[in-house]
Amino acid sequence: MSSENSIIIEHLNKSYSDSSKDPVKYVIEDANLQIKNGEFFILLGPSGCGKSTLLNIIAGFIEKTSGKILVNDKVVKKPGKERAVVFQHPDASLFPWLNVKENVEFGLRMKRLKKEEKIIISNKYIKLVGLFGHEKKFPHELSGGMKQRVQLARVLSNDPEILLMDEPFGALDAQTRRIMQKELVRIWFETKKTIIFVTHDIQEALLLGQRVGIMSKSPSARIYNIYDVNFPYPRNVTNLKFNELYDDIISEFEEEIGTGGDGI
Amino acid sequence: MSWIFIIFVWQIGAIFSTPDFLPGPVVVVKGAGELIKDGSLFKFTLISFTRIFVGWFLGSLLGIPIGLLMGRVKAIRSFTEPILNFFRFVPAIGFLTLFIIWFGIGEQGKIILIMYATTFIVILNTASGVAHVEEEKIRAAKCLGASEVQILFNVVIPASIPYIYTGVRLAMGNSFAAIVSAEMLAANEGLGYLIWTARLYFKTEWIFIGLISLGALGYFVDKFLGFIARVLLGKYGVVAKGDLRST
Repeated sequence: MSSENSIIIEHLNKSYSDSSKDPVKYVIEDANLQIKNGEFFILLGPSGCGKSTLLNIIAGFIEKTSGKILVNDKVVKKPGKERAVVFQHPDASLFPWLNVKENVEFGLRMKRLKKEEKIIISNKYIKLVGLFGHEKKFPHELSGGMKQRVQLARVLSNDPEILLMDEPFGALDAQTRRIMQKELVRIWFETKKTIIFVTHDIQEALLLGQRVGIMSKSPSARIYNIYDVNFPYPRNVTNLKFNELYDDIISEFEEEIGTGGDGI
Repeated sequence: MSWIFIIFVWQIGAIFSTPDFLPGPVVVVKGAGELIKDGSLFKFTLISFTRIFVGWFLGSLLGIPIGLLMGRVKAIRSFTEPILNFFRFVPAIGFLTLFIIWFGIGEQGKIILIMYATTFIVILNTASGVAHVEEEKIRAAKCLGASEVQILFNVVIPASIPYIYTGVRLAMGNSFAAIVSAEMLAANEGLGYLIWTARLYFKTEWIFIGLISLGALGYFVDKFLGFIARVLLGKYGVVAKGDLRST
């Protein structure tokens, strides 16, 4: 097995129903995917199609029913430090009793690092995500975009190999979302992490990803087509090629799924 | 202002009555003066407070870990839940006679009674707090490398603190109810004893003194708990204000 691939998923099935029942209903059926080290991969699909389920299986939060899933050639059984998750709702996932700095240092505290080491690392990532000067603030004092910056800094300070991002900008206003998308591309350039980013917004997918995997509608969701998006960063929504690809994906959504995609 | 009104109405009422039936504020203050002078009011208040505090403290100390385990471990929850739901409807005072037989009429029996009155409500509130911790927080901690024990101490407990606080605050009210009943029936000292023995000496004003002392004691204890909440627990989202009703 080549170590070039960070994540390998083969014939993955997920069912929530009782396996003794016949026929078994699958949420995800026969999903296949290979993601390279350092790649920015987008999982695109309509709401409720099982993209978050797939992400949670990669994260190790929920168990697969059958099939193979390897991260760095190791079988995924439970959550691990090398796979960091950025959740959609920061209010649910940040620790409100800790300030920005303490939230960012959470993983380092779990590792029982020395105080000086913690400060060096947390300062680095607080600066990287643009929260310098806000260290002492508590989550309830921050805007939605800033909270997502805290989430990013919190996972980055733990130095994971893979970032699993579950519609992290979905709850932000359009303006903030654009800014955060640019910031994420910049942070990806600087940290060279592998990213799997879940979204239902086609524009967002094309602004961010190197490859965009399209998931069909649940039940029996799978990744049925992968687009290579090979125009350079920073990307522009008014670019002609961008719009051609956008139209391709839209028409594919309409054909295969019967919806125009709900992200538009 | 509301107090001045109550005292005024009380005094008016007392004028049309006898001190044996409804002693007025003046008689009560005079009686209180006597009880303060011979030291018994202070002593009784302190004795009642000590019983309440020790029983409440030990009861919370027992209840919080049980609640945490109940909220976190499904097997423990399904085992303890029926027991808990049975005993929480049996009031502490129902156990008084039994506790006297088992532990005697000394301090031990009363403190265990307060513990009984305290523990269940603390357990239930703590367990409910643990159940309300968002799954995302636990998942976030897991993928940041936290072990189960670290999750308990760094996520579950801090996130449950508002619920635990509500539990111990309600338990304080239950403790007051339990101690007064216990002291009425089986004690030679304490505010409950003072209220109960008043009838033997036709000292109706003692009842009022006992009631006022209990109210004042409860008021200050609750203020103190509110102060602790504001100063130490504010960042955990504890709201110190708001009216709480005992169950």
